[in-house]
Amino acid sequence: MLKHSRMLITMGFILFTFLIGGCSQLTVLDPQGPVAEQQKDLILWSIVFMLLIIAVVYILFIWILLKYRNREGHKGYASHHEGSKWLEIVWTFIPILIVIALAVPTVKTIYSLEKPPTETAHKKPLVIHVTSVNWKWIFSYPEQHIETVNYLTMPEDRPVLFKLTSADAMSSFWIPSLGGQKYAMAGMQTELYLQADHIGVFEGRNSNFTGKDFAQQKFKTEVLTEVGFQQWVKKTQIKAPKLTKAQYDQLMQEGLAKVMSFSSTHLDWVDHAKDSEYALKVRNKLEKPSISSEKKPHKEHHMHEKGGME
Amino acid sequence: MDHGYQQHTNTNAHLEYQSGQGRLNILGFWVFLGAEVALFSTLFATYFVLMHRTANGPVSSELFQVPSVLIMTFLLLTSSFTCGLAIHEMRRSNLKGVIIWLVVTLLLGAGFLGFEIKEFIEYTHEGVTLSTSAYWSAFFVLTGTHGLHVTLGLGWIILIMIQLKQRGLTPTTTSKVFISSLYWHFLDVVWIFIFTGVYLIGMVMHHG
Amino acid sequence: MKWDQFFITDEPLIVGAGISILLTGLGIIFVLTYLKKWKWLWNEWLTTVDHKKIGIMYILFAILMLFRGGVDALMMRTQLAVPNAHFLDAQHYNEIFTTHGTIMILFMAMPFLIGLINVVIPLQIGARDVAYPYLNAVSFWTFFFGACLFNISFVIGGSPSAGWTSYMPLAGNELSPGPGQNYYLLGLQISGIGTLLTGINFLVTILKMRAKGMTLLRMPMFTWSTLITCVIIIFAFPILTVALALMTFDRLFGSHFFTLASGGMDMLWANLFWLWGHPEVYIVILPAFGMFSEIISTFSRKTLFGYKAMVYSMLVIAGLSFVVWVHHFFTMGSGAAVNSFFSITTMAIGIPTGVKIFNWLFTMYKGKISVTTPMLWSLGFIVNFVIGGVTGVMLAMGAADYQYHNTYFLISHFHYVLIAGTVFGCFAGLHFWYPKMVGYKLNERIGKWCFWIFTIGFNICFFPMYILGLDGMPRRIYTYNASDGWTELNIVATIGAFMMGIGFILLVYNVYYSFRYAKREQTGDAWDGRTLEWSTTSAIPPHYNFAKIPEVTGLDGFWRSKQEKETENVEYKPIHMPSYSGRPFVMSAFLFISGFGLVFEWWAIAILGAIGTLICMVLRSFDYDDGYYVNVEEIQKTESVYKEV
Repeated sequence: MLKHSRMLITMGFILFTFLIGGCSQLTVLDPQGPVAEQQKDLILWSIVFMLLIIAVVYILFIWILLKYRNREGHKGYASHHEGSKWLEIVWTFIPILIVIALAVPTVKTIYSLEKPPTETAHKKPLVIHVTSVNWKWIFSYPEQHIETVNYLTMPEDRPVLFKLTSADAMSSFWIPSLGGQKYAMAGMQTELYLQADHIGVFEGRNSNFTGKDFAQQKFKTEVLTEVGFQQWVKKTQIKAPKLTKAQYDQLMQEGLAKVMSFSSTHLDWVDHAKDSEYALKVRNKLEKPSISSEKKPHKEHHMHEKGGME
Repeated sequence: MDHGYQQHTNTNAHLEYQSGQGRLNILGFWVFLGAEVALFSTLFATYFVLMHRTANGPVSSELFQVPSVLIMTFLLLTSSFTCGLAIHEMRRSNLKGVIIWLVVTLLLGAGFLGFEIKEFIEYTHEGVTLSTSAYWSAFFVLTGTHGLHVTLGLGWIILIMIQLKQRGLTPTTTSKVFISSLYWHFLDVVWIFIFTGVYLIGMVMHHG
Repeated sequence: MKWDQFFITDEPLIVGAGISILLTGLGIIFVLTYLKKWKWLWNEWLTTVDHKKIGIMYILFAILMLFRGGVDALMMRTQLAVPNAHFLDAQHYNEIFTTHGTIMILFMAMPFLIGLINVVIPLQIGARDVAYPYLNAVSFWTFFFGACLFNISFVIGGSPSAGWTSYMPLAGNELSPGPGQNYYLLGLQISGIGTLLTGINFLVTILKMRAKGMTLLRMPMFTWSTLITCVIIIFAFPILTVALALMTFDRLFGSHFFTLASGGMDMLWANLFWLWGHPEVYIVILPAFGMFSEIISTFSRKTLFGYKAMVYSMLVIAGLSFVVWVHHFFTMGSGAAVNSFFSITTMAIGIPTGVKIFNWLFTMYKGKISVTTPMLWSLGFIVNFVIGGVTGVMLAMGAADYQYHNTYFLISHFHYVLIAGTVFGCFAGLHFWYPKMVGYKLNERIGKWCFWIFTIGFNICFFPMYILGLDGMPRRIYTYNASDGWTELNIVATIGAFMMGIGFILLVYNVYYSFRYAKREQTGDAWDGRTLEWSTTSAIPPHYNFAKIPEVTGLDGFWRSKQEKETENVEYKPIHMPSYSGRPFVMSAFLFISGFGLVFEWWAIAILGAIGTLICMVLRSFDYDDGYYVNVEEIQKTESVYKEV
């Protein structure tokens, strides 16, 4: 057993160094905005306690096992040693203290994430409506009257209020570099504040399983300077075509789509947060047999739309 | 006699509690009723969550009829009472009394069921079915589950009455009668919750 | 439905699996016929109401399901080993992770534990059978046929593919057409009946059938954990029953509970599912806790440390298990107050769990520890479960969970608790009580190899997943890009998964090896045990378990009586035993037929099956078979044979 425990310790040590060494590159622990930053702080705070607990248990475990393993010269056997009030109190109350130490910052962070980040609370948040439809993301900028598909553009150092909904399955909107996720659900609107500290391109995706091409439901988030963002808005408003109802109804089909840009938004005629049946009605109308009667949705429904630029 | 999986007999207790297996069955049935409470609680919770989701369809106050629901309530409550009388006769070892009161219970239960079926048929004629809206789905499944329980209860009591005829009042048959009476009272209690939670509130509510 | 859609013919892997099932089936039929064993199979096993045999059937089935779920897992790991792999397509991958999850939780973990409970609990409380032996057979067969219904989906009609959580509206008709999801609903519904009945049966058994002198606070810890588990089953499973029924109505009869249309509410499904689902997690962990308690105490040769604290902590865990379900969807946006509440309740579960860990450690303190295979699995449990436990507390912190949710961090966490907890527990219990079931131990040498390969493989497989999760890898994706940077750790994880596969093969080989070569036990006390199941006169207890019901004078009853070395002069009395019956088997087969009809919406078959089931119930009502008596001569004969050996 001595050999085994040594092996365990070595293994743990290797894993631990690996973990710490790799930390700085891990997306969630390398935050690019204040929301992800708060979450990283909370995670690291909890990891400290967790390592402490693991250390205590492992040290006790190894010590007891080495000392009381039945072998020649075994000492200290006490078959009726069956409890200790003081020990019980100690290992009940210390965990309670740890839970309190974790609960307080958790609750604080939960409440703080419901609001825009404090540093930029004076700035007016940019509002972006996010609609998930199998297996695409649609971003609407109601104030700018533009809409994009499968890519997101936002300014740095300004809170962005995402208003999330879905045209069909329950999906989860997640840009790990900028902060934690939230569900997008049909007939519902959920809200999520995110903010980016610098310009850059970050991966975003749906993290909640929604069927066949769920793994492909990703988007790039481009963070621009405030000036760059305004230029992008202007360019899109001028160059991108208007979104037609027919085109939008095509997007409502299950399938993948390329990136697209439009100089108007679908919010003009439908808000999926209020109308949960829209996509299903469109599908029934447009696509009679192929989806509903197929045994398995094996056939690809890739779209080859040529909207916009990019 | 050393009893195996069963427990010792106790001749001082009521007939249905005399055999070890009878006692175990009664306790087990109480536990089963605990699971039934969880089942109906879930259905009630679902009903209340979906209460305002009528999808622009008909609302309950347009359809619920006071007299019919009152009659149903009266029938079922009375049947619970007559079922209790059957147990009373059983304790007095009066087989004929037991049968008579069980028959009355059955008739009252069948009456209840008849009114419920009539109610459902009328709703269907008004165009309200399981698929009208989330609210009506919840309504039909909650009341329907209760109705299905009543139906099974009727069949069950009939089976037990046949056994009473064949075998008379023995520790085994009496424990069966007693257990089915627990079931019947339980359905009565569930109905009281349906009556207040679904019908009384539904008659005054105008949904969302 | 066309016939070419009825049998899945367009997937080589599935066709291969289908053919191998067919060949295995034919092989079994041939062997049974050749050896003239059909009658034996029916008389000794299919009609049995003996809790020990029912338990063994549960365990056999669980190991079979462990194989199926494990093959699913290895296929997933193969697909994910490298980026952009084409081993499985998206649809096939989705089906496989759905069946993997469902099978491992409901058809592997549950029957493995219920099987061990069946074998051990009546013996451990000094009873001759459970409170309702007939009902116990009904439990097993409904469970068995429900699981079979679920399992045939992949060759007939197509597997479910909406995840084991089957979130709506994804699992609805519009987004998951076809019979797959119906299989999920009806398979779980039918097997759920069996689980609920088991819960009632063992609750009453433990409350009412304990040997003389065994007060509640003298019950062995495994009995306590089973009792508490039964209470959770009784209150949690009806919620699943309702949830499944409502979704079945949505899919088959056009209701609108969880649909997108007509006011349905998809979030309601998630709530109902986890209202059952979280207690379910404790249903599969508490019995394992109980087994570890027995094993650690036995092989430390010491009374369990902090017995009462162990009982209270399980009661607290059971209570809390019903008020934490929202932590499965902190990201649904239920508001800060709700998320804070459920964060705190979830973290609070860490406290009683921590108490238990320290009590196990101090059971070994001042003990005389012998590291046998069951003990090795228990020690491995402590080391690995702690990692799963502390990451569980991390996940409980709502604000941080927004980053862990739906990632491999979560995957790793629940495998660390479910494998290191439940699976290690099942393996520990299997090795520990194996001599009680078959009369000989599993080979220790192979057992230890199996442990080390499985456990090291387990860590190599799942530890990297914590890191993958923190690097943003979501669960349930069937492929990823090289640019995501997840390749290396995924390769490592796949290697670990295959090591676990080798561990499983060693376990199965051990069963064979020990059957051939193991030394047969001469007494009922294979491990110098502490509780009543070891006090039987023979290695495998006779069908009546105890010729004379033992009396208990304190905790660890059998240990005490061994210390006192009392020689008793036994005077036998006739023993009353229940009769075997084939009806539970037939009734459950009818339920299977009914469920199969509903899956394909073939109403006539569904109704036929339902009528058959009802007829079986009516026949049962008129069944006045009170069992039979084993007479004194027979008992004397049986017992003396054992004593001579």
